[in-house]
Amino acid sequence: MSNELRINKNNFIDQTVRISFKFNGKKLFGFKGDTLASALLANDIHLIGRSFKYHRPRGIMTCGSEEPNAIVQIGSDPASTEPNVRATEIELYEGLEAFSQNCWPSVNFDVGGINNLLSPILPAGFYYKTFMWPASFWEKYEFFIRYSAGLGKSPTKADDDLYDHQYAHCDVLVIGGGISGVISAKLAAEKGLDTILIDDKNFLGGSTIYQDEESFKINNANSNQWLAREIENLKSYKNLVIKSRTSLAAFHGYNYLLAREALTDHLSVHERKNKIRQRLWKIRAQKVIIASGSIERPLVFNNNDRPGIILSSSVKKYIDYFGVKTGKNISLFTNNDSAYETAVSLNKSGVNVNVVIDIRENSDSDIVKKAQKLGIKILWGHTIVETNGYKRIKSFEAMKLSSDGENVVGNKIKFNSDCIGISGGWTPMVHLYTQSGGKLQFKSNDNIFIPDETKTPSEQISVGSCNGDFELDDVVNNTIYNVKKFISLDKSSYDKINVTCSKESSKKNIWLLPSDKPLYKTKPFLDFQNDSTAKDVKLALREGFKSIEHVKRYTTTGMGTDQGKLSNMHALGIIADTTGTNMGELGTTTFRPPYTPLTFGTIVGRNVGKFFDHTRKTAIHNWHVDNKAEFENVGQWKRPWYFPKNGETMHEAVQRESKAARESAGILDASTLGKIDIQGSDASEFLNRVYTNAWSKLAIGKCRYGLMLNEDGMVYDDGVTTRLAENHYIMTTTTGGAANVLSKLEDYLQTEWPELDVYLTTVTDQYSTISICGPNSKNIIKKIIPDLNLSDENFPHMSFKDSKIDGVNCRIMRISFTGEHSYEINIQSNYANDVWKACMDAGKEFNITPYGTETMHLLRAEKGFIITGQDTDGTLTPSDLQMDWIISKKKYDFIGKRSLYRSDTIREDRKQLVGLLTDDPKEVLEEGAQLVEDINKKPVEMLGHVTSSYYSPNLNKSIALAIVKSGKKMKGKKLIVPMEEKNINVTITDTVFYDKENKRLNA
Amino acid sequence: MFIINCPYCGKRDQLEFSCGGEAHIERPKQPTELSDDQWAEYLFMRKNIKGVQFERWNHTHGCRKWFNMVRDTSNDKIHATYKMGEKPPIK
Repeated sequence: MSNELRINKNNFIDQTVRISFKFNGKKLFGFKGDTLASALLANDIHLIGRSFKYHRPRGIMTCGSEEPNAIVQIGSDPASTEPNVRATEIELYEGLEAFSQNCWPSVNFDVGGINNLLSPILPAGFYYKTFMWPASFWEKYEFFIRYSAGLGKSPTKADDDLYDHQYAHCDVLVIGGGISGVISAKLAAEKGLDTILIDDKNFLGGSTIYQDEESFKINNANSNQWLAREIENLKSYKNLVIKSRTSLAAFHGYNYLLAREALTDHLSVHERKNKIRQRLWKIRAQKVIIASGSIERPLVFNNNDRPGIILSSSVKKYIDYFGVKTGKNISLFTNNDSAYETAVSLNKSGVNVNVVIDIRENSDSDIVKKAQKLGIKILWGHTIVETNGYKRIKSFEAMKLSSDGENVVGNKIKFNSDCIGISGGWTPMVHLYTQSGGKLQFKSNDNIFIPDETKTPSEQISVGSCNGDFELDDVVNNTIYNVKKFISLDKSSYDKINVTCSKESSKKNIWLLPSDKPLYKTKPFLDFQNDSTAKDVKLALREGFKSIEHVKRYTTTGMGTDQGKLSNMHALGIIADTTGTNMGELGTTTFRPPYTPLTFGTIVGRNVGKFFDHTRKTAIHNWHVDNKAEFENVGQWKRPWYFPKNGETMHEAVQRESKAARESAGILDASTLGKIDIQGSDASEFLNRVYTNAWSKLAIGKCRYGLMLNEDGMVYDDGVTTRLAENHYIMTTTTGGAANVLSKLEDYLQTEWPELDVYLTTVTDQYSTISICGPNSKNIIKKIIPDLNLSDENFPHMSFKDSKIDGVNCRIMRISFTGEHSYEINIQSNYANDVWKACMDAGKEFNITPYGTETMHLLRAEKGFIITGQDTDGTLTPSDLQMDWIISKKKYDFIGKRSLYRSDTIREDRKQLVGLLTDDPKEVLEEGAQLVEDINKKPVEMLGHVTSSYYSPNLNKSIALAIVKSGKKMKGKKLIVPMEEKNINVTITDTVFYDKENKRLNA
Repeated sequence: MFIINCPYCGKRDQLEFSCGGEAHIERPKQPTELSDDQWAEYLFMRKNIKGVQFERWNHTHGCRKWFNMVRDTSNDKIHATYKMGEKPPIK
């Protein structure tokens, strides 16, 4: 380790704990408390990566989340490696491995660096302009463009870390643990409010906590000492929760905020095991105080991107907080007073400050005077016109600015420096405020956008430098005043606070600093990560782009992982200057969440794998598992699909099950069908209104099939409803439609027909349904319920009986979805498994065969029964389904009735349900296949498509249902199903293929 | 996400609710007597206002009651919620 770059004087780094890490394979050391960036700087490593477009060498430029250059790949494990991590934010841990990105073969020798030489022909919009022609070549270009696009490498395996979500509610949320955040949190806590203070660092105090300088005093103590005591005092409040290492990601409406707490990212790899990596906090706050601070602006001048050119405030933090010298011979370049704080800090730590280049003519503030007194050389009214040094800044040249600031005059003065601290003023971090819907106002004396307090969308205020207060006395006094007002606090412990500080006396701003070279020969970078320069922005304006949003996308300024935190204001300033517009009118680009990138794991939390969605299982599920059922998902339900025996394929199993159900007996777990219990004196009237057919005359103990429409006349759901008593019905719905049907019925009851005395209760889970069908179904039921009279006279088709099985109440319905004589046993779910087993035992002698949804679908297709959602798609009326018989002509009204004779629904050329038979009976059609009449006439007209298709073992041929334009009139007509390898000839038929006379129902 | 004041349960998170579109569109009492155009007006035409809008909401994962809401779609400010059948408290 290069000890000469580390000073031994501060409170924040524990120099007794050495931490080893690797950068590009090289083993290095840092200390506890370091970030990766500070540890690299202490090892004299500035070159971190290559820029996106020109592959220029880039180094650490900042010390926070705004870092555009020092983004690295962390780790090499294919599951946990993470790209685009800011070296300035990651805390150093034992075993950390980091790699440079966007360079090959290495960051020191990068082949892509050729792009830098080619840069004159790679202006903004290069890709748009170049790869337009010939159009057919796009696919070839795309391959290469995709290959070179993007930064870093994505993990290739599933993330095996644990992530968590947690809700929090509070009276006051304070975002930011700098001086204004700490003051705000203390005021809220003093008032007795439940307060949460969050900060993204591991240490509260912002930039004041290392401001150990006599020019900045609070109550006669240096500001850092005062703040350290305040932070210590905060811990005594029980109603205040401090969350460090927690960064706010998003600020939504109604003070709903998301924050990411990093729990293990600072721990060594072996300490992380079995711990939750990150937690996403979902915070609902009554009031929000934003104290997110501000970030320093760079200056835009020729070749301002070389490694070693660092924001001045970051140079200060590296020396004062981390005890790391960012160079041995540092110069500063500024347009404001804050660089002098850096100069004084460096001087105090024994680092040579070569020169301060200040574009202003003079400043006589305390801090400038102090720097002068320390003998620091200041060059007023100058600018840097050139920097030298490819992989690290070596020297730079400065010239005097002309009086209008647009040109440079006089001689070049050359300075040697291995680091330049640059400061272009400060940008308030208004991201969170604008995310919440707040509008900004432009303050021209500082060239900043700050929250417009008259246009704040919720109970929130912004305090401190994110509200445009940059000087310590303003920050402290305004924060106290505004927060007291905001939380209605009359008196506080801060009421007699006394703050003194250096006051800035002179301001000057030039968005694009001139050089002695013409603009086209220079590289003044705006967006360091995306390599867009001031030239690109000017080019975009010349080419006619006016809106800031368009310029942003055309030049890619502000579109990197840093989202333009450093570049946006300069881009705006240059646009305003070039077009002669006021920046305030130009507005900013939109700030979108998240504030800093979130890993997907944090966003999804625990909702992965089997926790992604609920799984519903029937009471008989375990029997199905034990009997080797294959399952299919129907909504959230797991339904047996088929029961393969002895290595059968699905086709073989379904053929066997289907045959058994028709020849002897089949058994189906139909428990997933929706069941709605309907009671009330108007229950019959209610059913009349929701179904297309008439219900008033349905006798008690009888069942009826019903079709439910939407108000637009399209079939919505279907099922059998049974009248249990005078004012008591049980309705069944499709499995997938159960919840929606109940909601729809509730909607009508509550909003359109509140006068009806009807109550709806879902009983889907409370009752299980076992369906037994086939010629022997009667014999099986007889064995289970010997005292039930099963004669057709006593218990005809479409009727129900209350009964008991082993003393347990059950409802037996004689209804059929297969066309066979069949019974449905409805029983409380706790008993369902036993009853199922009893049925299996009783049916053994009749070869009772359990079947799944696939056989159920096949059997009903043989009978031409529709499945809503498979044969219908929300565009078919009952008439389209050839089900005109189910529409009551007598009823005055029902849901959807009026729509059945709209001009569109009575068209005869609508798509209609038909049966299909293939000319070759062995040929089974694909569901979804198109139907055409003439394949020679181009374009070929699509007449419809196949909705259901099976090989029927009972008919020994292939059958299908389809919807076809004007299908009802086309019976007997030949159509073609064109497939990739052949055309299949089919004939339109009736929809009922099997037992057209319904003889088997009573067999 | 909004905080919605359910007229039956009180303030709850928006997660618990679902929106049912424009409010105060009454189903015609005698649909069969309407022309195609009149029926289409009821069936299809809905406002999509930038500004104050009257909406139907359902407390789906709560009391399951439908109620009405006055919401400004430009800033999501909820001016009022009230029970079905009640007159809007705001014009």
